[in-house]
Amino acid sequence: MCTYLTEKIEISGSGKGRDGWFRLSDATVYFDHSMHAQAGHTLNIDFLNPGQGPSARVAVELTAGSARALAEAILTTLATAPPDLVDS
Amino acid sequence: MTGYDALLAETVRIQGHAGDQLPAYLARPLNPGPYGGVVVIHHMPGYDEPTKEITRRFGVSGFAAICPNLHWREAPGASPDDAAAATRAAGGVPDERLVGDVDGAAAYLKSLTSANGKIGVIGYCSGGRQALLAACSLPLDAAVDCYGAFVVGQPPQGMPRGMQPIVGLAPNLSCPLLGLFGADDTHPSPDETAELEKVLATHGKTYEFHTYEGAGHAFFAVNRPAYRPEAATDGWQKILDWFGRYLSA
Repeated sequence: MCTYLTEKIEISGSGKGRDGWFRLSDATVYFDHSMHAQAGHTLNIDFLNPGQGPSARVAVELTAGSARALAEAILTTLATAPPDLVDS
Repeated sequence: MTGYDALLAETVRIQGHAGDQLPAYLARPLNPGPYGGVVVIHHMPGYDEPTKEITRRFGVSGFAAICPNLHWREAPGASPDDAAAATRAAGGVPDERLVGDVDGAAAYLKSLTSANGKIGVIGYCSGGRQALLAACSLPLDAAVDCYGAFVVGQPPQGMPRGMQPIVGLAPNLSCPLLGLFGADDTHPSPDETAELEKVLATHGKTYEFHTYEGAGHAFFAVNRPAYRPEAATDGWQKILDWFGRYLSA
C-alpha cells in the first residue's frame, strides 16, 4: 500500500545527482513502494534542494534491513570519528 | 479480416481543478464510435510508463481513456519519480484537487465527438481510494477500486492534509462499483473490504467485490514482485466486463 507518512528534515551538505554535485537543503524519509528496487516496500530517502527544482534529487531505496544497517553504520562512523573533526 | 482497430495515444492538455491546465495521457480508438470513456487515476509513484500502458490497454479495448498528471503542479516537466517525490514532500494530492482533476478529465472525454456520454473511473492503490472518492463526489457511470487503502478505519497519526477515510461518503456513490482486492493484503485487509461492503449494502448500492487468494497488494503491477498473473488476468477481464456493461450507450 501507499503509506503516505513522511519524515521531513532540513539538512546541510551536498549530493551527486543526475547533473552532478549540488547543495542539499532537505531530506524526506518514508517507507513505501519502491520505484526501482524489487521489493514491495522499501525505506526511501530523497536528498533534495527544492530551490533548484524537483529534479535536484538524489534518491535511494533500501530494504528495511539494509536501512537499519546503514543507520547503524552512520552512527558508528560518527561515534568513532575524531571528535574535533565532527561538526554538530 | 478483423475490424478497424487503429489506436491513437498521445499527451493532451485538459482543464483540471481550479481551471488549471495540466497534461494528461489519452488513448482512444480511431473509429468514430460512439464509445464510453475511462479516467485512469495513477498511483502515488506517479504518472509513469506502467500507468500509461494501462491507459493504452483501455484504448485497445474500445474505450477513450485518459490519465491526468496529478503531480504536474508540484513538478511541471519533471520525471514521474521526481514529481512523485515533490508531491509527497508537499503533502500529497489533496482530495478536493483530485476530484476537480477527475471532473476535468471526464469533461474532456465527454467533449470528444466519439463520446457516448458514459464515464468510468479506475485507480490502483492510492488511486483505488481516489477512484472511490471520485465516484462518491461526481456523477459517473462506473467505478473500479483496485486495492485502495484508507477507505475505512482510522488513519495513522500524521496522515497528510485532507486524506481521511472516505467510507462516510459511501451514501453518495453515484455508480456501480467493482472492487478488486488481494486476500494477503493488509491495507486494505479482507476485514476492511468486508466493512466497506456492509456499508454499500446498507445504502442499497450496486457493487461487486472480488478478493483473490494468493495475491496481496499491487497484484496488477507487472513490474513489481507483487505481480500475480492469474489474479491480474482474471481481474482485467472483470474490469473490461464491468466497463463494457456500464459504459455502453
